[in-house]
Amino acid sequence: MGRSAVGYYFKEAFDSLFRNNWLSLASIGVVTVSLFIFGCFLLIAINTSAIINTLESMLEINVFLENNLNQSEINHLNEELKFLPGVSGVEFVPKEQALENMLTSLGNGKDITDNLDENPLPDSFRIKTNSVGLVPQIAANIYKFKGVRNVIYGQEVVERLLIVTRWIRTTCLTSIGVLGLAAIFLISTTIRVSVFSRRKEIGIMKFLGATNWFVRLPFLLEGVVLGFSGALLASIIVYLVYTIVIDKIAVTMPFLPVVGQIDKLAPVYWGLLILGLLIGAAGSSISVHRFLKV
Amino acid sequence: MVRLYNVTKIYKNNSIALNNVTLHIKKGEFIFLVGPSGAGKTTLTRLIFREDIPTRGQIVFNGKNVVRMRPGEVPFHRRKIGMVFQDFRLLAQRTVYDNVAFALQVTGTSNHRIKKLALEALKVVGLEGKEKMHPEQLSGGEQQRVCIARAIVNNPLLLIADEPTGNLDPGTSRELMNLFKEINGRGTTIIMATHAWDIVDSMKKRVVALSGGKVVRDEESGDYHGA
Ligand SMILES: Nc1ncnc2c1ncn2[C@@H]1O[C@H](COP(=O)(O)OP(=O)(O)OP(=O)(O)O)[C@@H](O)[C@H]1O
Ligand SMILES: [Mg+2]
Repeated sequence: MGRSAVGYYFKEAFDSLFRNNWLSLASIGVVTVSLFIFGCFLLIAINTSAIINTLESMLEINVFLENNLNQSEINHLNEELKFLPGVSGVEFVPKEQALENMLTSLGNGKDITDNLDENPLPDSFRIKTNSVGLVPQIAANIYKFKGVRNVIYGQEVVERLLIVTRWIRTTCLTSIGVLGLAAIFLISTTIRVSVFSRRKEIGIMKFLGATNWFVRLPFLLEGVVLGFSGALLASIIVYLVYTIVIDKIAVTMPFLPVVGQIDKLAPVYWGLLILGLLIGAAGSSISVHRFLKV
Repeated sequence: MVRLYNVTKIYKNNSIALNNVTLHIKKGEFIFLVGPSGAGKTTLTRLIFREDIPTRGQIVFNGKNVVRMRPGEVPFHRRKIGMVFQDFRLLAQRTVYDNVAFALQVTGTSNHRIKKLALEALKVVGLEGKEKMHPEQLSGGEQQRVCIARAIVNNPLLLIADEPTGNLDPGTSRELMNLFKEINGRGTTIIMATHAWDIVDSMKKRVVALSGGKVVRDEESGDYHGA
């Protein structure tokens, strides 16, 4: 393929795009909308998984002890817990410390505890684990230890978060599927109109000895350009919206571990662009193969 | 160079366009295809060009079987044949030069060679200086010259002209026939389907007469109506 041929493909593709400008705009629009939703979905998914990761690392098991344990029994328990598989850290919290913690967290509700003549809190261990998936099993093991009165962990929070994520995933994937098909359909329609409006030229090309691919390529390229333009637009919009959203979150909910824009999200934007190319290629292939019997 | 063996073409509506035609055409010949409307002249050219395949029989062009050709070979077969039509089939939105250059573009020729060859072809047909004009600014005869330039620009072995003067006045037709004669003189084989009896009679070339899909006459330096 010579240099003139490459120039020819692009020129033909762009000429055609501008000839069918309304349909072209509509196709680009649908690609933009579907990929915008997809982009948002990806960002939400990435952020929830980051949040889950953070929560996992914060998730602890609280082991409350019987009241009548002596120091050597506590030391013995400490050693046993430390060597449990999946446990990454063990910290002993004496009941005095627990009370103090509670008083600080209560702040000016202090007078409630002033009336207590005895510390009602038990001694406890605070245990960190390697992974949130191990928590229930470890907790069950510890419960069987002698001297352990109760074991508490915050598994429900994570489970609820996982359910929300799953729900977001289903709704988004469904709408993306539908919109993606609509985008492919619209692009294939655009290309079909394009093929139709140039049937005379195509006929002439055929009797001049153009190969099938030479005839088809400008149309394929036209579809790819449509898909890519939509994807580019979607990426830009996603980028701008996400910038605004993380700025807002940084002010209102600074504790949320939001994934920063440039550092980890480049693959998201690449993915959108590639998906746009694929949607365009799929749409135009359909029409080129169905309506361009060369 | 072109050989048809017992070629029969029956269209889908059962009309028999060609009926057991055997015909040999030598390199460098100038052949007139004559005969009444519906005799099968256009069908014959379409089969040689591989726009369609015969119902029965074989066609060999330049040593290659046209009927058994793979689809991928068809474009390369067609590049060896230039086509000229009664209705010109030029692209209205392109200039004269671009119409001729188009034939080279679609075969992937480099820009540099396209320019050289297209200007040469336009010179052969006598359209120097009109490269930038559009088809609708030209007379019918000039438009047909553009069509001829496009057909010969990649130096085909065979030039097929289907009623090339059908839309033109007698004077213009004679000028064009001189051009075809000149192109034939450079070694290009020419097959021309025509109803222009005066031209056929004046050229004294081989005449193949079809009627009802059969070859009814085949004469060296013949006449339109036969002896
Ligand atoms: N695509 C087609 N489908 C069906 N029948 C066809 C087709 N093309 C041609 N025919 C029929 O085949 C016969 C030969 O047609 P053809 O066009 O070859 O004649 P022709 O000699 O070129 O006539 P003319 O001098 O009018 O151009 C005619 O009866 C015509 O109706
Ligand atoms: Mg005809």
